[in-house]
Amino acid sequence: MSVRVGKTATAPAFPIAAGGALEDSQLRRNVKHATEVIRAKRGRVVEEAADWEQLRQAGHDIKAHTLRHLDQYLQQFEANCERAGGKVHWARDADEANSIILGLLRGYQATEVIKVKTMTSDEIGLNRALEAAKIEPVETDLADMIIQLGADEPSHIVVPALHKNRAEIREIFLDKMGLDHLGTEATDLTDAARHYLREKFLRVEIGLSGANFAIADTGGVCVVESEGNGRMCLTLPDVLITLVGIEKVIPGFQDLEVYLQTLPRSATGERMNPYNSIWTGVHAGDGPQHFHVVLLDNGRTEMLANDLERETLDCIRCGACLNACPVYRETGGHAYGSIYSGPIGAILSPQLQSMEHSRSLPYASSLCGACYEVCPVKINIPELLIHLRGKVVRTDQSTLAGALNPESLAMKFASRAFQSTSVYVAAQRLARLGQAPFVRKGMIGPLPGMFGGWTKFRDLKAIPKHSFRDWWKDHEKARQKSGGAGPVRSATNASDASRRAASSETKEGASHG
Amino acid sequence: MADSTSARAAVLAQIRKRLTESSIPASTDAELAAEYQRIPRSYSRGAAADADHLLHLFTERLVDYDAEVVRATSDGVAQAIAGLLAAASERRAMVPEGFPSEWLPQGVEILRDQDANGEQLGHEALDGIKTVITTVSAGIAQTGTIILEHSAGQGRRALTLVPDRHICVVRTSQVVESVPEGVERIRAQATQPITFISGPSATSDIEMTRIRGVHGPRFLGVVLVEQA
Repeated sequence: MSVRVGKTATAPAFPIAAGGALEDSQLRRNVKHATEVIRAKRGRVVEEAADWEQLRQAGHDIKAHTLRHLDQYLQQFEANCERAGGKVHWARDADEANSIILGLLRGYQATEVIKVKTMTSDEIGLNRALEAAKIEPVETDLADMIIQLGADEPSHIVVPALHKNRAEIREIFLDKMGLDHLGTEATDLTDAARHYLREKFLRVEIGLSGANFAIADTGGVCVVESEGNGRMCLTLPDVLITLVGIEKVIPGFQDLEVYLQTLPRSATGERMNPYNSIWTGVHAGDGPQHFHVVLLDNGRTEMLANDLERETLDCIRCGACLNACPVYRETGGHAYGSIYSGPIGAILSPQLQSMEHSRSLPYASSLCGACYEVCPVKINIPELLIHLRGKVVRTDQSTLAGALNPESLAMKFASRAFQSTSVYVAAQRLARLGQAPFVRKGMIGPLPGMFGGWTKFRDLKAIPKHSFRDWWKDHEKARQKSGGAGPVRSATNASDASRRAASSETKEGASHG
Repeated sequence: MADSTSARAAVLAQIRKRLTESSIPASTDAELAAEYQRIPRSYSRGAAADADHLLHLFTERLVDYDAEVVRATSDGVAQAIAGLLAAASERRAMVPEGFPSEWLPQGVEILRDQDANGEQLGHEALDGIKTVITTVSAGIAQTGTIILEHSAGQGRRALTLVPDRHICVVRTSQVVESVPEGVERIRAQATQPITFISGPSATSDIEMTRIRGVHGPRFLGVVLVEQA
């Protein structure tokens, strides 16, 4: 088994990559603008749907049920698809999927294929495999085309070229399409794309697609899109190959009634996207006469063993969590080093690879919960992020070097200190002494060594001379000396006293600095 | 090529193994069906909205996503279509087999999906056709969607894709309020090719703004005919 997710194995850790992205003010402006537009649109159309919460719940419940019986539903899908004239192939990992697809393409003597947006093909690095085999993949989704022509990487699940603004896209088109002139309006760009690809749509005989849903009870496949490039790839070629992650299966045709409401509203903020295509096997006299489905595992089955991890596979790839995420909105998608960016990428990429790569991603979050709130299938992303952070730490600690590294030792000590009052009090005294050289005006500035991470972007409040525990002890002593007071008055005194104590702490801190 | 048979067995075995680790037993077909039936679906299936409201909503939502809507009486369909063609200075149109002949406009050259040898038109020939006129299977008011199942009167999928203008006739009795009702309408034909169309081709890929017109038809005209 060699699970691979895009180029994650060689990508730099998130904080390093994010540092670079944050320096690029044009990129930050583009990402900010695009995500603001889409969040506002999404907000409006979600507001319109009075039963939104019920739809989310149903979307979640259907996926949860499906994944609990994934083997059964996949076999149902396979049987029905093949009965309708399709051929189903199975791939354990990226290499196996690539080799199945290449084998099929060689059999059809392909030199070119037209592709409709498939994240899964990016996951397995299909384009590189095709190019190595001298087969030209032609991306037909506008954003994917921008990425391909500009030799760039996708930065968003739904809008891969979200980090490019109109002027930058125009430059790429002028340069790569061999145009003499091109207007500056958005429609000038879409017209250019229409003209550029029309010839290929009419001529190329093999299409390659992903799938939004594989329908078990009919054996059908559903692709959701906007531009019509999907319909072109799904309809005009004689051969169609569809790459489907095994988690994309849904039990019934009827279930589309839920997802065809939640997906478009979440993805592009539309009540419905312009086109949804559903086809089942081969249809005589209509569309491709050779149809292959490649069902891909590539690490997905590893997430089935745990109730929480399994939720990751509920994802319908709408991208709403990216747009809602305060971290993604600052850094854009490239910093995640994976074709799956944002909060969903932060839980999906490391898990697909059994936590071997993308290990910094579960930390790329402030755990604010915005992703969970907008998720149309209610994936508890914040809880999963914490769960995966735990996994990263436990894997690290499982080696001797890991167990002896300073952070790990410090955390073990902290864990003991929080369990014992005497150790805690002693540690506090020690810290009060240790902080002395770094305290200025009651605040701790930049710290050296492994503590540096805490103070890199903000100052910390110094540990006060007088802790609450100390104050409480003194207060109780004083109260007992004065012979005790009624409960009501005592409470008032205590709150007055704590205000005084708080203000004296500030003064002390200040005088200390 | 990789050995797909062993891959199939391996993936299925791995799924079963991991699910068993999570204490999820394999179930019989009957148990599976029963569990599926128990999934709560408390979302709206569409209320019995009054007909006027429904058609008003359908029209408003179609127009909101750049479709052009014309209302017609049952004997005014041909004229309404003629009006849409005239507005585009179009004198020819592709019409699939099974489209009601009484709806065909006068003075317009009707093209068929057939070449001199009686074969379907090739892609290049189809690309030379500007307008196609079809019926539909259902309309969804809330989302401004029309559904094709590519049966008689609707043509194979390419016919409503390659030409730049798509004019379709929707009978008022075909319009439902919600997506669940729309899906229900086509459920019996679920294994036919199906296309949901909501407005003309568009993209949101440039600065997240819906821009009309990329590869599919850039004009969608809907004739809404008051007829059962």
